[in-house]
Amino acid sequence: MKRWQFLAPLAGFVVLLGFLGVGLGLDPREVPSPLIGKPAPEFSLPRLDDLTSPMSKQDLAGKVWVLNVFASWCVPCREEHPLLMDLARRSPVTIVGLNYKDKPSDAIAWLGRYGNPYTATASDLQGLVGIDYGVYGVPETFVIDRQGLVRFKHVGPLTPQVLRERIEPLLKELNA
Amino acid sequence: MLPLALALAFALWLLLLVLTTTAHAAGSAPTAAADPALEKRVMAVAVELRCLVCQNQTIADSDAALAVDLRNQVRTMLREGKDEREVLDYMTARYGEFVLYRPPVKNSTLLLWFGPPLLLGGALLTLWLVLRGRSRMPASEFEADDDDDDEMAAAEAPPRQEAR
Repeated sequence: MKRWQFLAPLAGFVVLLGFLGVGLGLDPREVPSPLIGKPAPEFSLPRLDDLTSPMSKQDLAGKVWVLNVFASWCVPCREEHPLLMDLARRSPVTIVGLNYKDKPSDAIAWLGRYGNPYTATASDLQGLVGIDYGVYGVPETFVIDRQGLVRFKHVGPLTPQVLRERIEPLLKELNA
Repeated sequence: MLPLALALAFALWLLLLVLTTTAHAAGSAPTAAADPALEKRVMAVAVELRCLVCQNQTIADSDAALAVDLRNQVRTMLREGKDEREVLDYMTARYGEFVLYRPPVKNSTLLLWFGPPLLLGGALLTLWLVLRGRSRMPASEFEADDDDDDEMAAAEAPPRQEAR
């Protein structure tokens, strides 16, 4: 047999290794958002601190804002919470909470206990606004620009790395 | 006496079976009883949508809270007179194409759909070509294994005889 016939299986193996190397670094469960670059869906929901009073996307027109989907029953939300508190302290950005499928009294108690990083919190009792935003788990975080377009979505709890490498540079750019 | 006891035991088992299965069915489908025709349509659409929590299931099969919410959304939209295409477009606009349980056939998914059959076809073709090639080679191209040679030679040669 000629030399190349010996090397062909090895070459095939190396190609396969390449695919495995790339593939194993990806998260197959992550669903990319089709909203990036599109207008953030309109919503009008009761405010958590005053359920008789509504808040809507219009209230945030012209601002750069972060939407954080959270719930008192959500364990990873508890993990990312200190990072949100820190972001609220350090940055002038408006952080809006979307309280997803939660009892308002539970959410108020949770925020009272752990701190409230949100400029305003909307109560999405049935998760319908969540569906509009393509929410499929909690927590999720969106960054929306002055024109009301979704620029970034992070699924799962925020990490210092995501904040440092993706969100904060983006906020700087959008605020410029 | 024994046949009677057996008959009673069987009747009791049958009764329990019927009660437990119907109880389960009643518990999981209060809305289904309301409009079976609508439910059939809801399920027909639901099997085309992926549950994003249990991603190998459709929202028809999954018990995840999101699946229930999305089924409710499908039901609401069908009640409003929307058709299946509009419901699927609605979900795709929010969750992306991954929410469609059957990936659409387009340029980006050609490899997904046709890759495996192509690989299988390629493997079978290679096998056929190699076998056909070998069947045409003259016998002289084939070397007998050395091990077999020695054993066979030893088996076939006449047993050694003492030189006289």
